[in-house]
Amino acid sequence: MSGEDPIFARNVPGSTAILAAATVGIAGCGGLGSNAAVALVRAGVGRLILVDQDVVEASNLNRQYFFRRDLGRLKVEALADHLRAINPGVALELHALALRAEEVPRVYAGAALLIEAFDRADAKRWLIEAWCRAFPERTVICASGLSGLGRTEALRVRRAGRIILCGDEQSEASEGLCAARVAIVAAMEANLAIEALVAAATAGS
Amino acid sequence: MVIVNDRDRVDWREGLTVQGLLDAMGYSYNLITVTVNGELIPEEEYGSAPVPDEARVTVFHLAHGG
Repeated sequence: MSGEDPIFARNVPGSTAILAAATVGIAGCGGLGSNAAVALVRAGVGRLILVDQDVVEASNLNRQYFFRRDLGRLKVEALADHLRAINPGVALELHALALRAEEVPRVYAGAALLIEAFDRADAKRWLIEAWCRAFPERTVICASGLSGLGRTEALRVRRAGRIILCGDEQSEASEGLCAARVAIVAAMEANLAIEALVAAATAGS
Repeated sequence: MVIVNDRDRVDWREGLTVQGLLDAMGYSYNLITVTVNGELIPEEEYGSAPVPDEARVTVFHLAHGG
């Protein structure tokens, strides 16, 4: 269906059908997760599993893909509306819950890969461990170090096995967070996911 | 010889564990994720997980922010 959809007319040839058939898990719908989700839906990813327990607060609007009218709404529900406003055909599985490690196998059972988009470093760590334990063959794309201003050159990608991590691996949220820098790293995560999905489908065909 | 983060070379010794390697490198920051030859090592296994000679180890630093 999406291969015919005019919103994807300018897509990279060969990518649309692959992405339409893909399911991506996203853990956290804040600065990283909301912006990554938008990039994935615009690219044509057919199905997302979104997990976040929080509601939209005013302090989120400096970097997260929400609007004033979303204040007080569950992030997963507000984000779902924005994603459907881009592509009404996107399939969304929403989980408004505080994810725990033991729930990772059930919640993300259908996801080909995971985008880690949590805020806290300790949560990032247990999520990476839980994902690798639950899905020994699947990739997890993580972010670490996206705070502060500028320093675009410091944002990089490192890979080890099925773990891909982007960011500067240094800057801390206590420095403050800026939309442009957070969105770069969110887009890096989405870009890596798209690359992995297309590469896997091409290798398997 | 063990290569860490495609850059640092650390002498290998019999019985080297992930924790032993981190200690030898002077790592004190504890919010990290470690792989040995591409396999994730859970934190509770740092003290027991062996690091073989010629291993390629990656230490990812996890910073708050999202």
